[in-house]
Amino acid sequence: MEEHLVDWSRAQFALTALYHWLFVPLTLGLSFIIAIMETIYVKTGNTVWKEISKFWMTLFAINFAIGLATGIIMEFEFGTNWSNYAWIVGDIFGAPLAIEGIMAFFMESTFFAIMFFGWDKVSKKMHLLSTWLVAIGSNLSALWILVANGWMQNPVGMVFNPDTARFEMNRFFDVLFNPNAYSKFLHTVGSGYVMGALFVVGISAWYLLKNKEGVKAKKSMVVGATFGLITSIFLIFTGDEAAHQVALNQPSKLAAMEGLYDGHRRAGIVAIGQLNPDKKIGDTQEEFLWSLEIPQALSILGFHDANAFVPGINELVYGDTDEHHIESASDKIAKGKIAIESLKAYKKAKKEADPLAAEKSLAQFRAYEKYFGYGYLENPEDIIPPVALTFYSFHIMVGLGTWFFALFFFLLYFAMVGKIEKQRMLLRLAVLSIPLGYLAGELGWVVAEVGRQPWAIFEMLPVGMATSQISTTAVQTTFWLFAVIFTGLLIAEIRIMLKQIQIGMGEH
Amino acid sequence: MNMSIITTIKNIFRFYGEGFKNMKVGKTLWGIIGIKIILFFVIIKWLFFPNILKEHFHTDQERSDYILNQLTQGK
Repeated sequence: MEEHLVDWSRAQFALTALYHWLFVPLTLGLSFIIAIMETIYVKTGNTVWKEISKFWMTLFAINFAIGLATGIIMEFEFGTNWSNYAWIVGDIFGAPLAIEGIMAFFMESTFFAIMFFGWDKVSKKMHLLSTWLVAIGSNLSALWILVANGWMQNPVGMVFNPDTARFEMNRFFDVLFNPNAYSKFLHTVGSGYVMGALFVVGISAWYLLKNKEGVKAKKSMVVGATFGLITSIFLIFTGDEAAHQVALNQPSKLAAMEGLYDGHRRAGIVAIGQLNPDKKIGDTQEEFLWSLEIPQALSILGFHDANAFVPGINELVYGDTDEHHIESASDKIAKGKIAIESLKAYKKAKKEADPLAAEKSLAQFRAYEKYFGYGYLENPEDIIPPVALTFYSFHIMVGLGTWFFALFFFLLYFAMVGKIEKQRMLLRLAVLSIPLGYLAGELGWVVAEVGRQPWAIFEMLPVGMATSQISTTAVQTTFWLFAVIFTGLLIAEIRIMLKQIQIGMGEH
Repeated sequence: MNMSIITTIKNIFRFYGEGFKNMKVGKTLWGIIGIKIILFFVIIKWLFFPNILKEHFHTDQERSDYILNQLTQGK
């Protein structure tokens, strides 16, 4: 397989996924904030809350309409660029993606119409119920996508069928309740909630800086900052659980996230630091040029035990069988090659109608099956994802998450004591934090997906084996085509939104 | 019974019809959605994104054999 083709296929998928994720988090978060605002309207009968709800609903609709169907492009790519992968996982992904499609179509589209067209046509309570159901439906759609993604990070509940070359689901509830999937789901939707809150407080702050929409902006600010503060705390806990799952199931990702080359007990977390760019796997150079470490924190957060051993990149590549029972990557690669040869022998025996040979080959394949994916790797070092990209993405994301928590706290405090208009610097920071929210969300996905490399399905299928044999030029062409289309959509969204924001909260 | 179903259907159509008619920014958005759907499903899907396995093979057995070959022979 040409390296170029794999890289371009990955770049195209990354481009479409990153653009898609510009639209999704606002849908997840803003839908709940609107539902809360409308609930206040229904409870109090104060029509100001109705106007506020309608204003944010208009911005929600703009985002929803522009983002609609941007995810479908990834499904096109599965069939064309990733046909091997699509075939191999088809049985696993079919159920969750079909449920997602049905749920998204029926729940969101039905109640979406009532939410937008139903003001004064259905009862207040029916309208409120529809708004809540749109929010819940959007989030449930995300559940099924993240169940599929969680399975790729930690494949469970399946068996490989050597006759069909497919992973077949044999335990649906193991797939659904995969700890990696639900921790990922909660953390991902949590990031959407924080994004929604940043959007609301940022735009409200802009109105306050411009001395426009004073009452409505302040009310929006209180709801946005409260929701943001609560969901930031939620994000911290779900992030902790997600990292714990990474520690248990994806040690190479954890080592890259922390720039940890030499594993040890009572491992600390680097709160801030600069990686040594000359550091190579297996050498004796320092890992960091400078760093500030929190002692024992990685052992505690990763394994909930201050004394726990956290394996580093060197142990994962070269093994540490004596003390920590970690197999070297070269041993795993050798066993993976036996699995591939056994599968080949099984196929040959089946073709030659030799049941005894087929049975023997299959038994050998099953014995080495868990190393199967390693058989396609060339070098032991290939099991480690790009360290610098994973490390910096993770640390910037965590730093931004901490900033958002502080921002919501101060905004809420000053809004509650009635001095928010005077905090000009804080209001400016709130406006500037809108793009930072998007950045944090994208970086989260970079950690999840770059940190998973070289695997398409963790330890089962490397990306090089997941791609289709198509022309690199075709992938390059569609890469630039998508870059133009998605950039156009993004510009359209920003322009329509800015126009609507400038009109104000009373007119929609 | 039949009359009530017809009335319900009429009400649903009226509900959507009036909703679309009274839209402001929504008309622009529906325009964008329409263009996007045509672009994605008609042009991009049709011209650039064929389903490789469906197009090149007629049966699941052929597809399985092809993938097994890829997995065992390498690429």
